[in-house]
Amino acid sequence: MTAAIGFEDWQALTQLYADYAHVVDAGLWEQWPELFTDDCVYRVQPRENFERGFPLATLSFESKGMLKDRAYGIRETLFHDPYYQRHVVGLPRLLRADEGRFEVEANYAVFRTKLSQLTTVYNVGRSLDVVVRTAEGLRFARREFIYDSEMIPNSMIYPL
Amino acid sequence: MNAPIPLAELTAGSMNWERGTSRIPFAVYNDPALHQLELQRFFYEKHWCYVGLEAEIPNPGDYKRTEIGERSVILVRALDGVIHVVENACAHRGVAFCRARHGNVQAFVCPYHQWNYALDGRLRGVPMRHGVKREGVVQGGMPADFNFADHGLTRLKVAVRGGVVFASFDHDVESFEDFVGPDVLRYFDRLFDGRKLTILGYNRQRIPGNWKLMQENIKDPYHPGLLHTWFVTFGLWRADNRAQMVMDRHHRHAAMISTRGNAGAVSEVSRVSSFKQTMNLHDPRFLDIVPEAWWNGPTAVMTTLFPSVILQQQVNSVSTRQIVPDGHGHFDFVWTHFGFEDDTPEMTQRRLRQANLFGPAGFVSADDGEVIEFSQQTFDAKPAHRTLVELGGDEVANTDHMVTETLIRGMYRYWREVMAR
Repeated sequence: MTAAIGFEDWQALTQLYADYAHVVDAGLWEQWPELFTDDCVYRVQPRENFERGFPLATLSFESKGMLKDRAYGIRETLFHDPYYQRHVVGLPRLLRADEGRFEVEANYAVFRTKLSQLTTVYNVGRSLDVVVRTAEGLRFARREFIYDSEMIPNSMIYPL
Repeated sequence: MNAPIPLAELTAGSMNWERGTSRIPFAVYNDPALHQLELQRFFYEKHWCYVGLEAEIPNPGDYKRTEIGERSVILVRALDGVIHVVENACAHRGVAFCRARHGNVQAFVCPYHQWNYALDGRLRGVPMRHGVKREGVVQGGMPADFNFADHGLTRLKVAVRGGVVFASFDHDVESFEDFVGPDVLRYFDRLFDGRKLTILGYNRQRIPGNWKLMQENIKDPYHPGLLHTWFVTFGLWRADNRAQMVMDRHHRHAAMISTRGNAGAVSEVSRVSSFKQTMNLHDPRFLDIVPEAWWNGPTAVMTTLFPSVILQQQVNSVSTRQIVPDGHGHFDFVWTHFGFEDDTPEMTQRRLRQANLFGPAGFVSADDGEVIEFSQQTFDAKPAHRTLVELGGDEVANTDHMVTETLIRGMYRYWREVMAR
């Protein structure tokens, strides 16, 4: 990799990834949109669509507002079996570093645990991300989860 | 604890049905012997099953692997452009040789012994058919009367209408048009009116429930305005909308037709906990609905073609949803979202945004899979009990409202006729 990055940026970047996993695993749905820029893109897409150039994503949001609508949906409108999710995220792989803008890829695995059930591997893949510096610190301008686990075990309620 | 139920009591003829088909024995959802009989009678005989869209295989040699019932089949466009469906099972040793989910080939070759088939399934080559010569003597080889024509891939009967491909293992099946019947075919043709389709992509989910529950979910106009907050709150589907429930003459297929109204309005039907009068979207583009000329009025038409597919038009979002049974424990549900060749980039974007309502994560559809799972849990725990589908009485008849479970009763009237044969 030729992308170079200073220690402070690297620390901030890895902290952002760790914070993200904390927020979605702890169910802090009101905090989740705040990790993104206002005009962010958030997508969860099966690998087959990504690789074949099909635009459909399982979740496809184009603004922080859409993320807030999803957060409301989880709390108020979507009837679902409650579950825990747990992200294990690999080290960010820096693809490109410009001033205040980083293109990053990271492998991830999400485990799902339903109440009184065994833990299962729920969704694995990689994220393709664009992280930008803002007045509030680093934020995701783009987060695309490209998942290998194309057969979703029934439903996907919480954001990856 | 329930005592084990003798198999004889679970067979279709002796199962305890009450009040027509308005009380459905739980056993129809979890008996393995019934499941095998259903596969034979609904998926492999006398029915047309969905296999895909022509737009998925636009070029000669393009193929897509899919399933009919629990059998693997290949939808392929031959080099002369003709569409074929063949079973993915080598005539020699039964190998399901096609492993990729899609691709482009000149021929099918089984890797085990390299038997070679044309794309229409005809056997073209068998290595060492005439034996192998060693020291001037021919050793082995297939018998002299081995006839290639007898050993092709199993070829299915194919029907293509409006860009949608159906196939049947049963070459004596009635025509696709007769199978669907004129009353439901009208709605099929409304969606697939001859315009070329464009593929937007796939979603796949494995739902832990019996496959019939998904047919029932889309024959049940009662739940959308109750389970689905978005539908009742934004008026997309609620019990005071103008609606029609239409079946074919066998009651196996159906169309649920609804026209949007009353968004946000408080009425008899909004006194439910899922109605959120003050709900406003932060980003209203999720519901940037633009009426299309081909709708001819209705804003939603959900068509169930028994046994294998659901055709969705919900405002600007259109898809096929294929049902792939797999034992009684679960079924796979494959969504193919599409658009039309003449869509503007804005319309494509709109279809993709509204797709957030549907699929395994959809604001509306995600909870359908959830409730199916929870129904199945009870069926398995209590096989001697039954469900209740008496909204609108025990009649089976078309209605001009949606306060009815008549389509489910109709489906089971048909199910009983076929299973008791």
